[in-house]
Amino acid sequence: MNAVQHQGGWAIIASFIVAYMLTVLPMPNWAAMARPEWAALVLIYWTMALPDRVGVGIGWLTGLIQDALQSNVLGEHALAYALIAYLTLKLYQRIRVAPLWQQSLSVLVMLLLIRLIVLWVNGLLGHSVEGWRYWLPAVVGTLLWPWVFIVMRDIRRRFRVI
Amino acid sequence: MRVVLFSLISVALMTLDHRQKLVSPVRYTLSAVVYPIQYLVNLPFSIGNFLSEDLASRSRLLEENTRLRAQQLLDEARLQKLDSLETENIRLRNLLDSSFDIGDSVLIAELMRVDLDPYTHLIKIDKGTTNSVFVGQPVIDATGVMGQVDSVGPMSSTVRLITDPSSAIPVQVNRNGLRTIAMGTGDINKLQISYLPNNADIRKGDLLVTSGLGGRFPEGYPVARVTTVRHDRGEPFAVVWATPTAKLNRSREVLLIRTKRPARGIDGTFTSKEQTKASAAPAKP
Repeated sequence: MNAVQHQGGWAIIASFIVAYMLTVLPMPNWAAMARPEWAALVLIYWTMALPDRVGVGIGWLTGLIQDALQSNVLGEHALAYALIAYLTLKLYQRIRVAPLWQQSLSVLVMLLLIRLIVLWVNGLLGHSVEGWRYWLPAVVGTLLWPWVFIVMRDIRRRFRVI
Repeated sequence: MRVVLFSLISVALMTLDHRQKLVSPVRYTLSAVVYPIQYLVNLPFSIGNFLSEDLASRSRLLEENTRLRAQQLLDEARLQKLDSLETENIRLRNLLDSSFDIGDSVLIAELMRVDLDPYTHLIKIDKGTTNSVFVGQPVIDATGVMGQVDSVGPMSSTVRLITDPSSAIPVQVNRNGLRTIAMGTGDINKLQISYLPNNADIRKGDLLVTSGLGGRFPEGYPVARVTTVRHDRGEPFAVVWATPTAKLNRSREVLLIRTKRPARGIDGTFTSKEQTKASAAPAKP
């Protein structure tokens, strides 16, 4: 671990900040309903690309910030993001080499898992949500994954984040 | 295993946050952490606002000025009448030996243009503990009650609207004083009036005002107007829906009411008119 000098941490932080800004950017209601979880997409990318650097701890922290940003119950996204970071850590060697559309499928599973955990927590707290639209952000996130992946890969190469 | 550890921390955090509100310092700190992000997103809108005010044409400003002047004249005329009514009300209440708060001082806050979870009805405003905003503070706009402060940060706070599914507000029918509770439905222009028996005297078009019970909201602010009343033979309660009078999704400026916590002594001693007046002076934003 110590042999490799980490660098470009600010690019990781900056990408998360942009993701959070996209998360709270005001949009019309129909678009807000379908807004993908940008922070989750960025988290999956960095965990996959730099598994020894971004992992469960960072995932948990980014989830916590997501909760604070959206005024949810503190900890629900933190739990979900920690779990998907863990899953990505377990599977990154398989996902990383797969073609983009297959990656998208893995991403879909993880995004659905986030929605499921959040739904479950909200259900326990007594504000349950109904309707298929609830799952829309996961689908939109999956469709956007190839572009997110390419953009993030360019960022990583440009700024030599290792 | 780190993931187990972090999961446990999350679960503990959620429980504490939901049950006891023990983690408000955490929330407070996090709110300060995310404020720059929200501020950045809000910035183009506030700049646009500023520019449109700054670069507005002279004729438009004059026009607006005239309109506001006329409005003020109308309001002042109304207020004159209100003054005499207020005095009369106080005198009558004095006779009845009961107490009533009339003047409330307010703080003007502006909405931050950021989107929160679309499944909850929360809004973000640009005033926090530095402006002595507190949790539970009532929030109104020019036309009615909007909600109450849900959590505060140093520079911003979150307001839970009355239409949020977890919100309920004690109200009374303005026409006859019938007391009930208006509950949020998750629909921005629908409130459910629950637990009214089938023979309750409530009609379409009735204005619901805050009843002051529960101690959160001061008495007498308009909340909603009844839109449908349906009596179902098989049901024990009438089905009543109402529409909030406040422009919940259109207001850009909101008013935070500075309720004085312990309003008066238990014996119900009455504050004199002068004192009420003093507290009625609106705060400069």
